[in-house]
Amino acid sequence: MNVHDAWTILIACACNLACGLLGCFLLLRRMSLIGDAISHAVLPGLAVAFLLSGQRHGWPIFAAAVAMSLITTMLIQWVHRGAKVPEDASIGIVFSALFALGVILITRIAAQVDLDPQCVLYGVLEVASLDTVPIGSWEVPRVMLTLAAALGITLLFILLLWKELKITSFDPALATALGIPAGLMQYLLMAMVGTVTVASFEAVGSILVIAMLIVPAAAAHLLTDRLPMMLILAGAVGVSTAVLGYAGAVWLNTSTAGMMAVVVGMQLALAVAFSPQQGIAAKWWRRRRLAQRIAEEDVLGWFYRQEEKTGAVERSMEEIAKEAALARADLGSILKRLKKAGHLEAMAPDRMSLSNQGRQAALSVIRAHRLWESFLGEHLHLPADHLHAPAERMEHYVGPKLQQAIAHQLANQQLDPQGKPIPGLPPPSAEPGP
Amino acid sequence: MMTYNTAIVLMGTAMLSALAGLVGCFAVLRRHALMGDALAHAALPGLCLAYLLLGERSLPAMLLGALLSGWLGVLCVQGLCAGTRIKQDAAVGIVLSVFFGAGIVLSQMIQQTPSGGKAGLDSFIFGKTAGMIALDVYLIAGIAFAALLLLLLGYKEFKLVTFDPDFARIQGWPAGALDLTLKALLGLTVVIGLPTVGVVMIAALLILPCVTMRFWTDQFRSLLIGSALFGSSMGLLGTWISSTVEKMPTGPCIILVGTLLFLASALVAPRRGWLARWRMANQARLHTSLAPPGGVP
Repeated sequence: MNVHDAWTILIACACNLACGLLGCFLLLRRMSLIGDAISHAVLPGLAVAFLLSGQRHGWPIFAAAVAMSLITTMLIQWVHRGAKVPEDASIGIVFSALFALGVILITRIAAQVDLDPQCVLYGVLEVASLDTVPIGSWEVPRVMLTLAAALGITLLFILLLWKELKITSFDPALATALGIPAGLMQYLLMAMVGTVTVASFEAVGSILVIAMLIVPAAAAHLLTDRLPMMLILAGAVGVSTAVLGYAGAVWLNTSTAGMMAVVVGMQLALAVAFSPQQGIAAKWWRRRRLAQRIAEEDVLGWFYRQEEKTGAVERSMEEIAKEAALARADLGSILKRLKKAGHLEAMAPDRMSLSNQGRQAALSVIRAHRLWESFLGEHLHLPADHLHAPAERMEHYVGPKLQQAIAHQLANQQLDPQGKPIPGLPPPSAEPGP
Repeated sequence: MMTYNTAIVLMGTAMLSALAGLVGCFAVLRRHALMGDALAHAALPGLCLAYLLLGERSLPAMLLGALLSGWLGVLCVQGLCAGTRIKQDAAVGIVLSVFFGAGIVLSQMIQQTPSGGKAGLDSFIFGKTAGMIALDVYLIAGIAFAALLLLLLGYKEFKLVTFDPDFARIQGWPAGALDLTLKALLGLTVVIGLPTVGVVMIAALLILPCVTMRFWTDQFRSLLIGSALFGSSMGLLGTWISSTVEKMPTGPCIILVGTLLFLASALVAPRRGWLARWRMANQARLHTSLAPPGGVP
């Protein structure tokens, strides 16, 4: 890795960090597409600033960017509220119109300046590190300085206005009631988005800016429920995108900005699939575990009811499938798990009966079932033949505490509506209490 | 005197904008306005992939690739909305930026192939009306005619699924299939519009006619007819201005003409326009101030 590579990765890191952090607030406020709109709509501002100042860098460009981002936000709100156009359509109109204006302005003044619309779209990260300014004995890329400043302002903005940003992101009405001007905070955020967008434009182009504003925040949002953690994760996604995206671009010899957008998309795909709480794999696994637990409890409950009728019971798997109406493909694995947990004992080979431990577990399920039936009969006055089905569903979700509360409500009633005994709580231990 | 080329371009953009206006109505009313934007961006990787696979510029193959990857993008937006906690606006932003990034990666790889310079991929991004030939116009006309026929045949069903998809489903209409048909039409329109107005501005072509005509009518039928007419006149006017004024790119010019007409409508339209509502509010205020103290029992 030579100096050029290092600078390019550093430039991308600064851009991705600044965008990723701001993006979290945009995402939480459901303003992701306003970020997208701003990154298109600054174009005419840049063209005008360029025309007036004759410079491609410096404060006029930033002033124009901030002004355009505020104008864009106001126009979108005006078209949405004032002209009663749906919000997504008003975003579409405003950014397309401003972008069209920008393209026309640039085409018409292109002879005097070389502001290339394509460079605005994809950026030229590959050559960004070549235009340097000397600082002491270092040759620092000019873009690096701009982006470092933008990142610094972003960090300051977030740290200084942390409380205000947090509360206006989650509950603008409460913020207003507390005297925090939610509207002002929104415009400040938009001004920051405009600043960072323009600082990043030349290096990475507007498409990567949009990707880095939205995608790391979305990935982080899937991984955590806490705002500080979300910011840290979004930053981490941004930095890893800079490194991996650059490596990928060198490997395939293609556009660095494009590759980074692809890499950050892949990281989001990973988060969608494997996030511990929100991921598809985790959700699938939890649903499967729940289905298994319900089936296990149904088997235990069936054994308990058989024992109530006929005393000791032992059955083979085929008999359980037939008699308990539990003919399911995974019955074998369910029985195996129950045996492993010590709830079922193997009497003869392939024949099973409840163990003591299994009887206690089954008792809790039956108790929940009959308590719930009694409660429905007592308080909701459902007819007796309407009690079983809801209780069959609820028995898996009524834990010991809720059982106790229901029993208390029913004044420790002993029989359920069908006249079957409600089994008592399993005794805590063999010795009598004090 | 109008040249042959100008006539071709005028006809092409007029028909394209009319089609976009018609199809856009369904998208805007279903709150899918920016789906067209996502679709347009997501079309780029398919376009490039088709070129890479064929190794030569073939417009039909590239448009087919664009259509397929655009639809894949729409599926991703729906999957992200339905399967995760990501909201629709963020999902649209994610799909459009990531797919477009992939498209840039592929297009730069194309530019390094020996014949890469001839791929003409730039014209898809910024649009290039001047390059329109008679064949393109036939293609647009064919698709516009097919779309018109489809919308006329299924008018009642499409209307129902646009305004109340749940009711449509309960009534036993194939709401999913109707929804897919509308999305397919949207995809087709966006893809054939890409070479003309480009990726970024196609969304406006879909949105502007509908929201502008919405100021003038509450009737779905007249909204559709009006949007098609508005679309075509915006296309004609924009193209004409860009052909008479020097250094005036056509796509942006059409969009700006449409935006100006939209603003004018927002200002002066009866009942819904800003002036009319301002006058109504004033009258209401006058009325209350003239009411007898204590009011009417």
